[in-house]
Amino acid sequence: MLALIVFLPLIAFIAILLGAPARKTAIYSAGANLVLGIYAAVMRDCSCLDFSVQVLSKPEINLAFSTDGMSMVLVLLSVIVTLAAVLSGKAPAGRETLYYGSSLLISAGALGAFATTDLFFFYAFHELALIPTFLMIGILGRGERKAIAWKITIYLGLGSIILLVGLVWLANLAGTMHIPSMVENLSGENALDSGTQKSIAALLIVGFGTLVSLFPFHSWAAPAYASAPAPVAMLHAGVLKKFGLYGLLRIAVPMVPEGMQVWLTPVLVLLLANILWVGYVTVSQRRLDLLGNSSVMHMGYIFLAIAALVAFPENTLAKPAAILLMFAHGISIALLFGLADSIERKTGTLDLEELGGLAKAAPKLAFLFGIAGMASIGLPGLANFAGEVLVFLSAFQGYDPTQGLGSVQIACIISIWGVVISAVYMLRAYRNIFQGPAIPRTESAEDLTFMDRIPAVLLTVVLFAVGLYPNLLLNLLR
Amino acid sequence: MPAYYLEALTITLGIILLVAEAFVPTKSKAWLGLAGSAGLLIVLGLLPISAAASSGNQDWPIWNFYQFDSMAVFFKGFALITTILVLLMSVDYRAILSRFTEEPQSENNTGEYYSLPIFACAGMMWLASAKDLAGAFVALELVTITFYILVAYMRRNLGSLEAGVKYLILGALSTGFLVYGIAWIYGALGTLNFEQMSDLLRQQAEMQASGPNTPLLFGVALVLIGLTFKIGAAPMQLWIPDVYQGAPSPTTAFLSVGSKAAGFVLLMRFLDTILLHAPTMPILGVLMILTIATLIYGNLGAIAQSNFKRLLGYSSIAHAGFLLLALSAYNWPADVDSRLNSHEVVSFYLVTYLVMTLGAFFILAQVRIQRGGEEISDFDGLGKTNPRLAMAMTVLLASMAGVPLTAGFVGKFLAFSVAVDAGLWAAISVALIGAAAGFYYYFKVIRAMWWNEAEGAPAIKVPFISSICISLLTGATLLFGFWPQPILWLVGH
Repeated sequence: MLALIVFLPLIAFIAILLGAPARKTAIYSAGANLVLGIYAAVMRDCSCLDFSVQVLSKPEINLAFSTDGMSMVLVLLSVIVTLAAVLSGKAPAGRETLYYGSSLLISAGALGAFATTDLFFFYAFHELALIPTFLMIGILGRGERKAIAWKITIYLGLGSIILLVGLVWLANLAGTMHIPSMVENLSGENALDSGTQKSIAALLIVGFGTLVSLFPFHSWAAPAYASAPAPVAMLHAGVLKKFGLYGLLRIAVPMVPEGMQVWLTPVLVLLLANILWVGYVTVSQRRLDLLGNSSVMHMGYIFLAIAALVAFPENTLAKPAAILLMFAHGISIALLFGLADSIERKTGTLDLEELGGLAKAAPKLAFLFGIAGMASIGLPGLANFAGEVLVFLSAFQGYDPTQGLGSVQIACIISIWGVVISAVYMLRAYRNIFQGPAIPRTESAEDLTFMDRIPAVLLTVVLFAVGLYPNLLLNLLR
Repeated sequence: MPAYYLEALTITLGIILLVAEAFVPTKSKAWLGLAGSAGLLIVLGLLPISAAASSGNQDWPIWNFYQFDSMAVFFKGFALITTILVLLMSVDYRAILSRFTEEPQSENNTGEYYSLPIFACAGMMWLASAKDLAGAFVALELVTITFYILVAYMRRNLGSLEAGVKYLILGALSTGFLVYGIAWIYGALGTLNFEQMSDLLRQQAEMQASGPNTPLLFGVALVLIGLTFKIGAAPMQLWIPDVYQGAPSPTTAFLSVGSKAAGFVLLMRFLDTILLHAPTMPILGVLMILTIATLIYGNLGAIAQSNFKRLLGYSSIAHAGFLLLALSAYNWPADVDSRLNSHEVVSFYLVTYLVMTLGAFFILAQVRIQRGGEEISDFDGLGKTNPRLAMAMTVLLASMAGVPLTAGFVGKFLAFSVAVDAGLWAAISVALIGAAAGFYYYFKVIRAMWWNEAEGAPAIKVPFISSICISLLTGATLLFGFWPQPILWLVGH
């Protein structure tokens, strides 16, 4: 069942290569995958979901899929965003095969990485998703597409290779590549000595950190998202980037807890740089490309939850908080990228100075963008709020008033300023684009058509559903 | 059937083809290549039913310098498959061959090109079974001398001639090192037989003879230098880019796959002999230094290349570096029941290297024939004119770069894994940089195919044989990426 969810996009990809109509195939397969994903979430405890085939006997590697709550949430995120991405994309004429094929390939890679329990495929599926990302940016990107595609190839390539060494090292020490068994083999009495833990944790933080655009390895992200075609930006920022965070939660924290603690303070400093430094950079941007940096900035909060978990291992809130915020951020950033693409298609620019008064001509677009922006700021009632509140609360778990504030608590207090920063740039962007008198460029812009609205409404509904009733996801995590 | 019949059959096949070529006057010589590969296919079919020694001829003297263990089976099969593919590639490459031999209009002077690889193949097969340094040397020379001719085969092409001269001079130099080293080893130990050498070393170790055996070490160092020429590693790697670029493409493919594998099988047997009972010999440290130098030279040199064949030359040096990385982790991992040891990783890597490299050469040969050049810019716009061919090339290049879910990644993964076990951190960090550089230079070609526009470049018509081979090799590259188990069966599990 999980195997089917992972392979369905691949099968659709092959069908498109062989000449099936690209858009239809992509939409139908993504739709079917959404149904399957929800079904899998409902049936989550059933062993019928699992799948395992040995592909190499020595060292033992299994193509194995199985989920717990954490990966199930991310699988759900992937199938939702995939459907929205293929629905909202408009392929340039003659490039449909590449456009929809790549989107499906990215989706398959992300799904595989989240659903597998084998370290080899965990890494492999993620890399698989990176290749179409490079190609799409290089071929169909905007602006300096070739230079940008190079940049992210080098950044992410180097990051993944550093990560690979850490993972291989861990697998060798654990003597297996089955992730749950690895955790078992590396905990309790068999925990690694602190020197090894420290080195492995450093490799994992740099490796995963580059993939999640942790400061100072973040500078690939904003230009890449600015250049990428809409579905790639949606899938990468919304789904694929969560791989690094998922990896930290799944691999680094349980397997090298001591090592992670050694690096706690540097990570806290870096995540604050993500929130504040990148936040201020975002404020100074004058194009809607600021969405890329805004997504980099919000990664800081999820890192904060992970840091809280590292600092206080009994933390019961940190993991659900991180997962919930990953989900919420994925949906809201995908919605924002999708709508930004609509704005560009209808007005021909993303420059905030050249836009204005679009709400008159395109009220539906303005409404949906407003909701997405509010979600991104963290307005109560929308999913991001639930996630951020949980993150802040989790940072204070284990807080002992007699000891004074710990480093995590201090970082948390500072990071709250980030909420103000994101309100500044998001509201200003909204005002510049949609409010004020209509100018010639926006007067005649068309509003979203019915087909355009389907993916946006889908994502908006999810934002509200999870925002108003977070237990929808939190129940999966229990 | 005694195993040495295989070599005898192969040589016979080569001679028959040579004679047939002289006495059967036909316009096209393609049938020679087809007959050669068909014949080798039969030999390949006989490989599994060959045995080390049937009861009757156990004591036959040939077994004193011929062995038939799992490593020999693997490398014989490897040599045969490589040669079959190279012959098929030559068949589709004959237009270029005839253009640069006498009588450019006809194929009259191209006949030997199909029988020479068969002799080289016999040499590689014998090498895989060599039990002593003298036999190994003779087999290796059979391979090398054949290659002197094959490299310079396009006699009216300056590039090919230049390549031939360079290969000859440096090859002779390396042979000199090898022979001289063998002489020193013989002087130090009094035998050339691998088993006896190993026994002597064990006795010396047991007696705890004082100090290192300097003459032996000197000999070992010389042999190592000689062998680095064959595997294309530092310090004898300088010939590779020029020779690869100048030689006819099928020869280059044969050089980079067959010759390299032959070098590695001898290197592994040699290391086993020396290190099995004298693990304190300072060889692995030297090997790691060579690894680092090779990785740096191959990967950094490749970055600046604009000629694809030259790029493949540097890439072949880089791959030699990754193979040496695995080999430097000799005797690791400790837990051999659940993990592959360093030798098996090398064999595994070589299989992945075979499928992706030969696949790339098949495509390169067609680009050379139909677009008239081997520059990276000759691949411009291939994604538009030949989407499927470009897709295959993308898969093969991605595999060379080590992108997951392709065969190349599994090989690199295992090489890194065994090196991490052995704690070769210096070499690993260089290999990391090398692998990242690999992303850069292999993707240069992918970029040319998909991002650049073709300016009036013709669509390429892939001939039947090539298209079959390209599909098979690309398919294998993808299949082994998902399901590497078949390679493990080949390696002997």
